[in-house]
Amino acid sequence: MSDEKKLAIIATKGSLDWAYPPLILASTASALGYETEIFFTFYGLAMLKKKLNLQVSPLGNPAMPMPMPVPVIMQAMPGMQSMMSSMMKKTMKKKGVASVEELRDLCVEAEVRMVACQMTVDLFEFDTKDFIDEVEYGGAATFFEFAGKSDICLYI
Amino acid sequence: MADYNEELDASGLNCPLPILRAKKKLNTMESGQVLRIIATDPGSVKDFDAFAKQTGNTLLETTEEGDKYAFFIQKK
Repeated sequence: MSDEKKLAIIATKGSLDWAYPPLILASTASALGYETEIFFTFYGLAMLKKKLNLQVSPLGNPAMPMPMPVPVIMQAMPGMQSMMSSMMKKTMKKKGVASVEELRDLCVEAEVRMVACQMTVDLFEFDTKDFIDEVEYGGAATFFEFAGKSDICLYI
Repeated sequence: MADYNEELDASGLNCPLPILRAKKKLNTMESGQVLRIIATDPGSVKDFDAFAKQTGNTLLETTEEGDKYAFFIQKK
């Protein structure tokens, strides 16, 4: 037991944009000396895949800034999601924003503990071989073991 | 301008990369040594101040030249 501050995060979302908050906060907290754990559940598990293919969709997200106005019906057309995702990735690169891969690598390097929810892994029939090696598997009780001692606890 | 032992160019990088790179660099340095960090992210001004306060490293000086910032951090 150390007297380091502790940050516990539950990551539930698996889109490109929503992968950023947990990974940015976890990597930064580690740099500030926090002991950090992320519990990945439901769609958050997508962030743990060795081969990341996170996407962003303007559908259902009216606040998403668009380079040009696109009617909602058009946003549902085939290919729109991958086009929007690659545009978003290009913009991020241009602005010096880290990729999800890079942030995850930094988390791993900083020994952020990554726990995958066993129940949702089984539910979605994910193959644990597809996840990065650093992942541990556990349930709600595992999460509380750490979260109960945390100074900050976030649900994202 | 203060003397420094090591330098890190974080130009063009956005939050939280300048902080993460700086932390990594500081890990390789000795106590008392000074790291000079160059950054272009305007948010890094507040962030390096907060980083120093929380990690116990000392932010000796912050300078601004055009759109570039320089931070001098002394390792705890």
